[in-house]
Amino acid sequence: MATKDAPPRWDRKMQQRLARGEAAALGELYDRFASLVHGLAHRVLGDERAADGITREVFVHVWENPESYDPKQGPLRSWVAALAHRLAVRRLRANEIASLVHGDENATEELERKVRRASVAARADYIVTSMPTPLRAALERAYFQRRDYRQTAADLGITEDEARRRLRLGLQLLATAHDTGPSGGPPGYGGAV
Amino acid sequence: MSGDADRSADGREEPRSPRIPLPRSSVEDTGTPLPEPAPAPPVLPHRVLKSLLGAWALAACAPEEAMAVEEHLGSCGSCAEEALRLREAVGLLHPAESLDLDPGLRTRVLEGCLDRRPPRIPVPEWAAPYDAEVARLDALLQDIGDADWHTPVRLRWFAGEGPASRRSTVAGVIAHLLAVDALVAVSLGLDEPLPVPAEAPTPQARTEAYWGATRHPLTRQVREPWRDQSHGLVRTVSFAGGGSGRLAVPYGDFELPLRDAMVDRAFECWIHAEDIAEAVDYPYGPPAPRHLHRMIDLAARLLPASLAARRRAGLATPPREARHLVAAGAPGRSLRLEIEGLGGGEWLVPLDSPAAVASRANEVAHVALDGVEFCRLAAGHVCPGDAAAGQDGDREAIRDVLFAVASLSRM
Repeated sequence: MATKDAPPRWDRKMQQRLARGEAAALGELYDRFASLVHGLAHRVLGDERAADGITREVFVHVWENPESYDPKQGPLRSWVAALAHRLAVRRLRANEIASLVHGDENATEELERKVRRASVAARADYIVTSMPTPLRAALERAYFQRRDYRQTAADLGITEDEARRRLRLGLQLLATAHDTGPSGGPPGYGGAV
Repeated sequence: MSGDADRSADGREEPRSPRIPLPRSSVEDTGTPLPEPAPAPPVLPHRVLKSLLGAWALAACAPEEAMAVEEHLGSCGSCAEEALRLREAVGLLHPAESLDLDPGLRTRVLEGCLDRRPPRIPVPEWAAPYDAEVARLDALLQDIGDADWHTPVRLRWFAGEGPASRRSTVAGVIAHLLAVDALVAVSLGLDEPLPVPAEAPTPQARTEAYWGATRHPLTRQVREPWRDQSHGLVRTVSFAGGGSGRLAVPYGDFELPLRDAMVDRAFECWIHAEDIAEAVDYPYGPPAPRHLHRMIDLAARLLPASLAARRRAGLATPPREARHLVAAGAPGRSLRLEIEGLGGGEWLVPLDSPAAVASRANEVAHVALDGVEFCRLAAGHVCPGDAAAGQDGDREAIRDVLFAVASLSRM
């Protein structure tokens, strides 16, 4: 997709346009990132309406505080994803706490496990959509279409060595979804992938 | 073998078990136990075994390779550690959810934002339908596969006396939208996207020029320039401000003020989005009522000129008092157009001349149509004779007006 190859220039200009109060820029921002934001929120919260709510919160935050994004820290896409992640996990935790029986230690532990699981799953989704297309294509063949690496190599017109390399590298990237802080965040939606 | 079990969404029930889970069964032996007795695993160098870890974790290598890897894991700590990590990563792969975002969400989110912090440079109200319709179509395009872009789509319109059509594809329709939107874009000083000049500055000639410029069939590559141009358009009219709505946009044979041209482009975008949705078998709804209302209003306002053009071409009945044409600004015979449903309303159409003033007192006919049906008629997707319209009054006037509605359509 075009989005992930967007040059940092686009990010900087977008920030300036938002700061300037350009409604058309907000529309463009939505068109570029709404499905990313909604998808992450949905993965964490597992609920359509709740994901709609997070989507609204994310765009309100960016529109009201465009200066809180620092282009030097990385791509706007990662920043927006991290923001969506943070807000969604916060909402999940709040929902879970509200339904928690007080003083039940197991329940608290279970809550943390649930939050962490949701958090890792959302980050994994982000990694898959952001990884270089050749890696993603190889993973898709091998996993979803159940092709072995030789068939994957033939399908993609690459050597068997290269197919093995891509599958391994893709999974290595994906595995970094587990490398989050102790409470499931901050997720570190870095520009590395 | 754990088979499908470890594909479950969060199948990491044993979080810190040192044991390395076995791979899922490979294609060749799904559902059946491993062949027994197994042949001795081949001896592979460490470098190769390491390179196989990804394929192994995905159960995407040959059974003897898998055995060689597993044997190796018992003696190589670093490979064993990586293998565990990669197996866990496999559990994180989910089929991509089809994220059909509610198209209404965009409007709600954007409005929510703009309420909290009013924009210094708003999008003019007359550009809002275009902004929304393009976003809606783009969301559909995002969901369709590469092959869908080649699905045949027939462009249909009404040409004077009967229906006309032209074969194209999904990608061809987007090229058509790109080439015609560019009439507006270029008039505002944006870049001309046509690779070769068109024979005439009309929507049809521009589309043919775009289609003819490439020897290869159009692909999904056309989406990005179309989308970039539409974003550029919305941005440019926002900076030009609401007052720019009067600027004339030339369409070749006629011109429209910018505010109407943007509504016209929104209308075309919706109609063609429906053509595409039908071709690739996707559900697609009508525009938001207030946007639909603007589209209907534009069509109703264009009707007198369409009627006059049909008369000049000898396709419509001349005005009753042909000898003494109704003076400009004088009241003349009128037809009441009642559009039902969300976004509807009532319009009085002067029948004798575009310059005449329609008046209730001179109403000679009344037509009632559903809003979406009216738009399909105006798009030339329904024939005037087939339109489900309630009619009352002067039959000839009604017929002429229905044909004039259909004649608003073009390729």
